[in-house]
Amino acid sequence: MTTLLTNTRLIDPEAGTDNLGALLIEDGLISGLGDVKAPKGATVIDCGGKCLAPGIVDLGVKIGEPGERHKESFRSAGLAAAAGGVTTIIARPDTNPAIDTPETLEFVTRRAAEASPVRIRHMAALTKGREGREMTEIGFLLDAGAIAFTDCDHVVTDTKVLSRALTYAKSLNALVMGHPQEPMLSAGAASTSGKFASLRGLPGVSPMAERIGFDRDMGMVEMTGAKYHFDQITTARALPPLERAKANGFDVTAGTSIHHLTLNEFDVGDYRTFFKVKPPLRSEDDRIAVVEAVASGLIDIISSMHTPQDEESKRLPFEDAASGAVALETFLPAAMRLYHAGQLTLPQLFRAMALNPARRLGLPQGRLAVGAPADLVLFDPDVPFVLDRFALRSKSKNTPFDGQRMEGRVLGTWVAGMRVFGGE
Amino acid sequence: MTFRARHLLGIEHLAPEEIRTVLDLSEKYVELNQRTVKHEDALRGMTQINMFFESSTRTQASFELAGKRLGADVMNMAMQHSSVKKGETLIDTALTLNAMHPDLLVVRHPASGAVDLLAQKVNCAVLNAGDGRHEHPTQALLDALTIRRAKGRIQRLTVAICGDIAHSRVARSNLILLGKMENRIRLIGPTTLMPSGIAEFGCEVYEDMREGLKDADVVMMLRLQKERMDGGFIPSEREYYHRYGLDAEKLAHAKEDAIVMHPGPMNRGVEIDGELADDINRSVIQDQVEMGVAVRMACMDLLARNLRAERGRQAVGVMV
Repeated sequence: MTTLLTNTRLIDPEAGTDNLGALLIEDGLISGLGDVKAPKGATVIDCGGKCLAPGIVDLGVKIGEPGERHKESFRSAGLAAAAGGVTTIIARPDTNPAIDTPETLEFVTRRAAEASPVRIRHMAALTKGREGREMTEIGFLLDAGAIAFTDCDHVVTDTKVLSRALTYAKSLNALVMGHPQEPMLSAGAASTSGKFASLRGLPGVSPMAERIGFDRDMGMVEMTGAKYHFDQITTARALPPLERAKANGFDVTAGTSIHHLTLNEFDVGDYRTFFKVKPPLRSEDDRIAVVEAVASGLIDIISSMHTPQDEESKRLPFEDAASGAVALETFLPAAMRLYHAGQLTLPQLFRAMALNPARRLGLPQGRLAVGAPADLVLFDPDVPFVLDRFALRSKSKNTPFDGQRMEGRVLGTWVAGMRVFGGE
Repeated sequence: MTFRARHLLGIEHLAPEEIRTVLDLSEKYVELNQRTVKHEDALRGMTQINMFFESSTRTQASFELAGKRLGADVMNMAMQHSSVKKGETLIDTALTLNAMHPDLLVVRHPASGAVDLLAQKVNCAVLNAGDGRHEHPTQALLDALTIRRAKGRIQRLTVAICGDIAHSRVARSNLILLGKMENRIRLIGPTTLMPSGIAEFGCEVYEDMREGLKDADVVMMLRLQKERMDGGFIPSEREYYHRYGLDAEKLAHAKEDAIVMHPGPMNRGVEIDGELADDINRSVIQDQVEMGVAVRMACMDLLARNLRAERGRQAVGVMV
């Protein structure tokens, strides 16, 4: 099957360019770029001058299978991703039970392949049951297709366990993802400490808990030489040590979440639990510092940190409510806020949302280049709309953007050259 | 007279003139409460439910008495022993009660913001009797009334609030109220018991109690929770008393006519010297209890008026 997408703004995160042109898809791969003519028998789609970018590679999506299928299934997550321009989901292992054996990994791999229109790759737990006591069968899990290893928001507090797991992972060249947080300091916290938390009477955690967690993890990386990714850097205080770590040549990368880039602590307002995420939303100063770090490339990756929660988990007093927000479908329009604010260009955004995560995980996606997989998103960055959470395809509707004005609509999504969203 | 609120969830939502309205009406009820026949009909026929998810003797008794003196049918529910233990959510409990058509719901809950959440789900007036570390509005109002009666005004006073500011909803509400009424506020306590971001609150912060009390018109002591005493936030009870317990010597740094307040219940010999607490020339602690009933009567009266007006508008179909 051959498709030619013409009259489109090609957002190339590798070259950092944003030029009008055409893109040819053959056999699921990009086979021509720029000034290409339609070969015989090709389907031609006029994109009307809208933007075409590599599909989003979303590192760290929670899907409720197994255990919490009522919150999100592979089917609903896949449909939401397609509608949001996410062509590769990197699923988190913080399920119930955790993905910590080759058998559970095979189960989710099979379920995902049956149910989802977009690609889903799976991370596995670093320690059994994400309990921080014994490392998982990292070798078997790699053979079964695990793309990275993480205990998600559970910090491995026992440094002996962590050092061995990192050393073992290093020997197999496996990527480990950690959550930089000092868990004793952040225990019980529902917000970032400061004036707002104090006025609301909410238990807060100092932003330093992230920095302390970061420093400890960096010590472990220095000790073991492991390939390490920090899942979410959300505070200004953690940026200088990150810069130093990179300058010293360690194999580390850092991510952040779209919510920490677009919202701050004040958005919680009158205890709105849809704004409760982990780590908690930060001050405006922190938000701006993190946005700048994405622009400079210090922070490599933006994730949605999609975390579905049902109504019951959120309709509780703020301290008792569950953390997390759905984001697969709001990821791109939220990112457009940063584009319209002039803080990040479209190539910069797709570098952090597609190119860098794919590179870090060793995937061929994330590029607009001949020979790369035709995983693409066509979108109009300027279409305004008011978000209605009940119109989301996710089974859970816990989005902080409910009722908010947003700009940016996905018009079409292709995975391996097949259109999975938009069109007829 | 202005009082527009539908619920009393916190001082944060009240305008200075609304605070004055409450205090003025409270004066009338102070007088009523001193008579032998202490009865009025402001809440006649109305149902008041006191839902306490956290145990309380004084506040609950005060609200109960206030409702009864105004002619309401009052029901007390000790929630910490009931359906909550069986796993019912706060919202289900609220909906269940709402179906019984109460007119006034008095709620205390250990989680900050829980009373706000509950107020969104019911169609009666909700009074916050303390939510977590957030607010305790009737306490701040009764403190304001006590100060106004003792000092003749509730402006341009220097008020020192001393003790566990971080965990105190009383401190939060008082801070907001006294700020709205343009007073100078000083917070005194060990740094471990100060809330974060305190520098941005527009008050002066002191670690040295003597320094903080200098020239104060009002000294407000806070209760120190037992569970915070041993090594967690402060080294020991005796060290706390030595540095932050109010006694005659420390009080001498305040103005000569400074009054001493405490929201109760007191830990004598921990945050306040027993003799000083009983000194009728300085301590207004008993007055605070008396004002509490009157202030709660005034609050419920005002909320009931708004509730009646709102229901009246609904009945004739006027768009609100």
